Amino acid sequence: MSSDEQEQDETDRAPIPSAHQQPVTVTTGKHVSRRRFLGAAASGVGLAAVGSVSGVLISRSARSAAAPARTATGSAATGSSATHQWAMVIDLRNCNGCKLCTTACERYHYLHQDQTWIHVFTMQSASGEQYFMPRPCMMCEDPPCVPVCPVSANFRTDEGLVLVTQQRCVGTRICMNACPYQARYFNWSAPVPAPRQPFPQEPAWPVPQVEGTVGKCVFCAAMLPSGRIPECASYCPMGVIYMGDLESDVAVNGIGNSVTLSKFLTENTAVRFKTTFGTHPRVWYITGHGQTLDTDKEVA
Amino acid sequence: MSSHVESLGSAQRAWDPRILEPVEELTDAEEPPPAIEMIRSAAMRPVLFRPKWFWPAVGVLSALLALGFAAWVVQLRTGLGSAGYSDQAFWAIYEANLVTFIGVSYGGAVVSAILRITKTTWRAPLTRIAEATALVTLPIGMLFIIPHLGSSWKLWELIWPPYWNLSSPILWDFFAVSTYLLATCVFFYLPLVADLAIGAERLAQAASSPGRRLLYRAYRLLAGRYDGSLSQRRLLAGAIGLVAIMVIPMAVSVHSVLSFAFASSSRPGYLETIFPVYFVVAALYSGVALVVVVVAAARRLFHLEAFIERRHLVRLGFIMVALGAAYLYLTFTEYLVDSYSNTTGNAAWVYQTILGRYWMPFWFYFVAGGVVPILVFMFRRTRTATGVVTAATLVLAAMWVKRLVIVIPPATEPLVRSPFGPTGALGLGWGTYHFTWVSISITVAMAAAIPLLLLIVFRLVPILPVAEMEELAAAAERATTPTATAAAGPVARLHAGNGAPVGATDHAEVPWGDGDA
Repeated sequence: MSSDEQEQDETDRAPIPSAHQQPVTVTTGKHVSRRRFLGAAASGVGLAAVGSVSGVLISRSARSAAAPARTATGSAATGSSATHQWAMVIDLRNCNGCKLCTTACERYHYLHQDQTWIHVFTMQSASGEQYFMPRPCMMCEDPPCVPVCPVSANFRTDEGLVLVTQQRCVGTRICMNACPYQARYFNWSAPVPAPRQPFPQEPAWPVPQVEGTVGKCVFCAAMLPSGRIPECASYCPMGVIYMGDLESDVAVNGIGNSVTLSKFLTENTAVRFKTTFGTHPRVWYITGHGQTLDTDKEVA
Repeated sequence: MSSHVESLGSAQRAWDPRILEPVEELTDAEEPPPAIEMIRSAAMRPVLFRPKWFWPAVGVLSALLALGFAAWVVQLRTGLGSAGYSDQAFWAIYEANLVTFIGVSYGGAVVSAILRITKTTWRAPLTRIAEATALVTLPIGMLFIIPHLGSSWKLWELIWPPYWNLSSPILWDFFAVSTYLLATCVFFYLPLVADLAIGAERLAQAASSPGRRLLYRAYRLLAGRYDGSLSQRRLLAGAIGLVAIMVIPMAVSVHSVLSFAFASSSRPGYLETIFPVYFVVAALYSGVALVVVVVAAARRLFHLEAFIERRHLVRLGFIMVALGAAYLYLTFTEYLVDSYSNTTGNAAWVYQTILGRYWMPFWFYFVAGGVVPILVFMFRRTRTATGVVTAATLVLAAMWVKRLVIVIPPATEPLVRSPFGPTGALGLGWGTYHFTWVSISITVAMAAAIPLLLLIVFRLVPILPVAEMEELAAAAERATTPTATAAAGPVARLHAGNGAPVGATDHAEVPWGDGDA
């Protein structure tokens, strides 16, 4: 059988076009070419990308525009209608590194020993002198931990507290990655058992901790409305930790000293930790050992 | 014996369009021609005949899987700490595994989609294996999110829109990987349609058993109403081309987005603008290495030596080595730039990675994943099938270690440091990640799941893309026949055998031509 004959045989089975024939198009509905489809898809993706990037930039610039007003130390111009704007001042001149703040916090919140929500770091100043630096959660005004959580478990309250909904937290730990202060602690195993609590477990009262979720310092948020200062502040025998309110411009420590917050900060040239990260912490440090705390401001 | 050798030779010539010798056996043969018959029987052989080693292999791999499952139960009961994690090693092995396993699925995209788009004809016998590898490894990689999560029982929250936080890179990951999984499934399925129709005929001819009848019904169901008519073939070819184009940006986006989870933080070692490219190239590199290993194994185990030759492995190997060189270069630029900045965080991280506590895994990557593959390909003597497979195996191991080197050092780096005094001596020290039997078992189990699922896939679907190979065989033959009858002669005959002589890559300019011929 020659190939020509065979061709004759087969033609009735299917129409065989020649190589030069027009491509067959399927005539169901409007014909969309591959090129046009890909073009439309690409422009859609491009628009979405431009939109999301500019959205991020706009929200960033809006926040940084608002930030100077809110960070003006002590002035009541915090840009919020809340009654309080919580802040903390840590006077490093008096800290002797006894870590009573840490143990008080762990006892109060039923934490494991390595869950140092307020961690006292041993540091060294330029002159070689050792000093101690307690580090609670910085309660950033622009907290890097909040936007990265996939399930919105982190949030910032009107009163400036950054809290975790542990019932919501799935444990991706991306907030631990985001925090430049290493202030977040994971519950790697079963939490310390706690007796029945007066309030249900909630972000402001994270007791007991929840296994497989992230916990962190909450400035003892549940105590603040009743006028009590956090456990770390009230247990510090040296009066290092002041709990303050930017709205009423008052700060109080555990040994009964009250100060005018704005005056206290300016007179003692208070600095904040890692200001280059743009987090605008609500925790101020009063240095006295020539330390810089990674800020751009050298302190004599 | 001699006739077997002869038909084997003609088969090779027939589907390799670069060989332009006239194939006389074919023109006189009755339908379907021996070359096509050979492709079909080889493709369906793993489906129709169970190899002796099949159940033992499945048993061993399943046992490993069961061990991993037990380890996961232990981890659920005792917490993530049992996998060696701590606050100063908050991301480690599972995150590296997630990146590695999703990364190797990229091999399917490159071998199948890129080689398809560039109309590379030698890809033909490899595409099904590559696509199956992608299809199998991607869900396994995605599964690593389960041990990774501290509260994996709350996984449902990730697909619960009211909880979504669209600014979270992890959610972007979730969307990107899910979309890519869908695309990978479609990309596996579309070229399979014609083969399922062909395979169903084979199954109908073969001795009947309940399992086989079920498989036959599944084939018929999945093949839809495919009967090999010209319009169907054109439509299918167009769809495959479209998906092949779409799968590539999708795969690029998946790996970029995976890297965003690391790079969108302020942590030294994670905050790297190079990361998206770095991750994409790493994924391509390890993905092609896995395809090399799987292709070599399938060639040996399912006796595909007549179709997959040394040159296929070597060509894949060249792609792998080119990507490896690119990756080595990216690694160099990353560490160079970071060490130059000499900021506390970056300098400490680079030092600890290259010369400090992580020097061993880093240099293992450098030698096994960077230098050795290049050396293997530099010399003709080592550029053998064995050499290529050895290099690819080394690359797979090295790239897993490299992912550990990417993930662990920055996660263990102290961020609160003394501004003065010796680095790391004061403030917080470096954290340490400890491998535990739990994390290792889960990792091994997931790795064992790859061959297990591949074996199952190859027992269920034709291992060779029959329609595609037949089409290329037709194209090759057309190139050898006189122009007057070139278009219709072999096509008509092929069509009688349900072949698909429509260009799988392009239907606009050269209906069933190919770029190489």
